[in-house]
Amino acid sequence: MIDLAVKLVLALFVFFGVLNLAALHTWLERKQSALMQDRIGANRASILGWRLMGLFHPLADSIKMFTKEDIVPAGADRILHTLAPVFSVFFALVTFAAIPFGDRFLLGGRVIELQVAKINVALLYIFAMLSLGVYGVILAGFASRNNYALLGGLRATAQMISYEIALGIAIVGVIMIYGTMDLQELVRAQGRTLAGWIPLWGIVVQPVAFVVFLTAALAETKRIPFDLPEGESEIIGYFVEYSGMKFGMFFLADFLETILVACLATTLFFGGWQVPYLTSSGFQFPWGATLPLSQPVYVLLGVASFSIKVVIFCLLFMQLRWTLPRFRYDQLMRLGWLGLFPIAVVNVLVTASVLALLKVREVGWLAWVG
Amino acid sequence: MAVKVLRRRELTVWEKLYIPQIVSGLKVTTAHLLRNLYLHSAHRLGLLQNRRAAVTFQYPEEPRPLAARFRSRHRLTVRDDGTPRCVGCMLCETVCPAHCITIVAAEHPDPNIEKYPVRFDIDLGVCVYCGYCVEVCPEDAIRMDTGILDVAAYSRDAMKLDIHELMNPSLRKPLLECTLKFPHKCRLAGGEASR
Repeated sequence: MIDLAVKLVLALFVFFGVLNLAALHTWLERKQSALMQDRIGANRASILGWRLMGLFHPLADSIKMFTKEDIVPAGADRILHTLAPVFSVFFALVTFAAIPFGDRFLLGGRVIELQVAKINVALLYIFAMLSLGVYGVILAGFASRNNYALLGGLRATAQMISYEIALGIAIVGVIMIYGTMDLQELVRAQGRTLAGWIPLWGIVVQPVAFVVFLTAALAETKRIPFDLPEGESEIIGYFVEYSGMKFGMFFLADFLETILVACLATTLFFGGWQVPYLTSSGFQFPWGATLPLSQPVYVLLGVASFSIKVVIFCLLFMQLRWTLPRFRYDQLMRLGWLGLFPIAVVNVLVTASVLALLKVREVGWLAWVG
Repeated sequence: MAVKVLRRRELTVWEKLYIPQIVSGLKVTTAHLLRNLYLHSAHRLGLLQNRRAAVTFQYPEEPRPLAARFRSRHRLTVRDDGTPRCVGCMLCETVCPAHCITIVAAEHPDPNIEKYPVRFDIDLGVCVYCGYCVEVCPEDAIRMDTGILDVAAYSRDAMKLDIHELMNPSLRKPLLECTLKFPHKCRLAGGEASR
């Protein structure tokens, strides 16, 4: 019973945290792009004369979305048309359950892992849910009874499936090195140091995989420079026939996926909730100094570290989105299949060879590889 | 005929790699972001007010500076005694290519002045803002220097300006009282204009 309550609290924490961050993204998107382009950005919505740099705009936007008319095209499949945005948001949201956002801590003799669902194949789960997200897109295009929406849906599906392969292979190297698919264990394994002072984060041991992962993951979020599925300025996308909150849900799913990718990049390559030189008993610096910390402080520092890394990644994605032009479709496919895919495969082979040569014991299935 | 073949420069390997180009692009946008972030924060603290952070003008609160020759809404200039400088010569009404000016002239009590307008209406819904009326006026009686740009109304009638609004650009419709001391024709003084 208490276990259930703890899980509920954790789930609600992640749920509201993620949704609020997504709402904040709409504000961030407008403000950051404005600053980059020497503009001011959203600053008009106010409550009692308070504008707070336009922070009320997400609120105003959501009120607008919820009160707008919901139009279903004549001849469209009503059920699938409604289900498609639900799928998009649902699969984007459930994926967060497997992301660890802090180390375990003891509360009243109970060990609480700061992770909603402790799954020992969390990475597989995340990739399964990411793949299922394609259904929202293809159904939206299919159920709208609009040729342009259908074509947009097909473009999106082809893109997401192509890049999922590179994405999946890119992280194989990480899995081989840390020898686990459990994200909590994977983060814990990144707490060690290399040569006594370099934190053994994924980026240190798998820099190529990180670049491939980041590129493929950006393509998964369907945002510029990979926004061919929608092309908000000129091409028509799969949600052309959506209005009101149904459109809002696709919009939300986009931001949720961005946050998810930021979470994944943090977890796999930037040590998740790890703070450099921080162990469960306090800081232990390589030059010998120590700073003992109590357990709650340690856990809070971990959660803060994770949040900060995720936000930094979100800012980076936003910066990329407002810097780069859009790919052409053939360029997109060439980059995916002839660029990222071979690099990812070679990375896996090189990693495997190096691990085999070094005879690293920790990797459980190294014997099976070579 | 000579044919000139334009050859595109081949991209170098460094450029084809794309990542360095992304980084150089990011450098530009991030420099703008950080500069503006710094300036906006300084403005919040009341510092560096002389350096603009954004090129945006927050329009209704912060109007853009107008050029000296800019043609905005018309006004009638006024003599020291509060009567219009216009002598009712009809030159502006004649030259107006849009036929938007209506003048009814009457005899001025001062024998040195020929006439004065009892009615002077401009239909802004028709006006093309060419400025000929200003150029042709021998008395410098009409000018287009009020700086009023936001001319908008819900009906065509409301776009028509009469002598009250032309002599006092700060007046806005609906006009409820007539403050002009000299005899003239308006809705409030037995005339027909400004319905």
